[in-house]
Amino acid sequence: MSGTEQTDVSLEVIPDTNEKTRIADLAGPAVVFALFIGVWYLLSTVVLPEHKRFLLPTPHQVIKEGFFVWHTGERRGFYPILMSLWDSAKVALIGLCITIVLGMALATLMSTRRWLERATWPYLVAVQSAPILALTPLIRALIDGSMKQRLLVVVLISIFPIVSNTLFGLLSAEKSQHELFTLQGASKWTRLTKLQFPAALPNIFVGLRISAGLAVIGAVVGDFYFRQGGVVGIGAQIDVYRSRLWGAELITAIIMASVLGLVVFLFFGWLSRRVIGKWHITTRGQ
Amino acid sequence: MSPVTSTSLDFSDVSMVFPDGTRALDKVSLSIAPGEFVTVVGPSGCGKSTLLRIASNLETASSGTCSVDRDSIGYVFQDATLMPWRTVRRNVELIAELHGVPKDERRERAARAIDLVGLAGFEEKYPRQLSGGMRMRASLARSLVMQPKVFLFDEPFGALDEITRERLNDELMGLFRSQGFAGLFITHSIAEAVYMSTKVLVMSARPGTITASIDIPFGYPRSHDLRYEPEFGELCARVSHALRGAHS
Repeated sequence: MSGTEQTDVSLEVIPDTNEKTRIADLAGPAVVFALFIGVWYLLSTVVLPEHKRFLLPTPHQVIKEGFFVWHTGERRGFYPILMSLWDSAKVALIGLCITIVLGMALATLMSTRRWLERATWPYLVAVQSAPILALTPLIRALIDGSMKQRLLVVVLISIFPIVSNTLFGLLSAEKSQHELFTLQGASKWTRLTKLQFPAALPNIFVGLRISAGLAVIGAVVGDFYFRQGGVVGIGAQIDVYRSRLWGAELITAIIMASVLGLVVFLFFGWLSRRVIGKWHITTRGQ
Repeated sequence: MSPVTSTSLDFSDVSMVFPDGTRALDKVSLSIAPGEFVTVVGPSGCGKSTLLRIASNLETASSGTCSVDRDSIGYVFQDATLMPWRTVRRNVELIAELHGVPKDERRERAARAIDLVGLAGFEEKYPRQLSGGMRMRASLARSLVMQPKVFLFDEPFGALDEITRERLNDELMGLFRSQGFAGLFITHSIAEAVYMSTKVLVMSARPGTITASIDIPFGYPRSHDLRYEPEFGELCARVSHALRGAHS
């Protein structure tokens, strides 16, 4: 083809309009944050009756008594909160890794056999909606050690989104794309690795982010029910502060648990943009 | 050495009845020799695409035989069917990759094919960054990599605008001349059919049968202005007439 047509062709390229940071992107969160703090002050200084205000200390009290007190014994202070947060983070992350491996393997199996998909689906939904509270005696009877028990809770709570999204993604490749592989006589393995898995990546990342958030929740919930000796997760810590009505520490611990969830969420958002950002347009819902 | 045959693709009495009872094709016979470019036009749903699907073994005919060297088929789909996660270069390499062509060789072949379709300089772009016409070029290049002897086109330019379509018609004709494959092209467009082909076949609606075969006597290369010649208009009229007959 001639040179002139080459230059014509370049006009057809669609320019990238991604990655535009606008003022609204920064101002939005700032305004919401200010509103949040404002409502908090309103609740703790106006709405709550005076004798109940110890339940919700003001933001500056929380910062002073929760974040800026290092360690006062009885597990009060920021240091024990950080230590228990670290303990829960470990449980959440190890549990999440197990969830990812198990969940993706299960989804891959389900994608190959329709009867397997039909047979497994109801139980996955049941697991996802089963109250962990009701299962605690059973889990305690079956498994020894609070670490393993908590890991099981994490997996139970977080596995559903990764399975459902991975499965949906694996089945999302277009018919003509499949036919292209059929025409070349591609094996099932080739089809899986070169077509279905890459096609599923956007969905897998959606599932990962939901599962990651649930893994943090699972770790906190697991802490509540399964604690042993000196190891105390953030959930157990929150329970102690709650029962002793230590408002500032309670709120600090809750904020730090949320921060853990946020960090995990942001990490997977970042990872998603790193891996599929170039070819998949995901400018919203991040 | 494989025996030299005079036909690249041969349908004889091919019929197709789908499991739901739809009769898509009824005793279709046609053969295409190397250097021939045959276009099938017909009303929507007359089974034109089924012809290609049988030729490429995506479907098996209910009766009749279809002989073609299946290892040497290029298939261009209605949409570009590019993998959105692959760059243009890696998309063009895909078929060679699936055939186990070593990396260096398939890279070289891909570079040549990309050059042929005029996409040089866009190797590292992703499909979403390309226009419809460019995606179709990439799709063409992907099929060219294995240098097929028979090329099947399933309304590849149907979704493109008129200007892009005419330009790709010219470029495909250039490829047809330089690569020397046998082409079987499906389209709705009468002008496209007459402009590109050595022969136009008209198909009737269900069950699909070939109702007219019109030879196009123009030599190659054909120029743009051919479209405005009186003979061109006459041939279009004949195809159109045959189509209307097939429709009623």
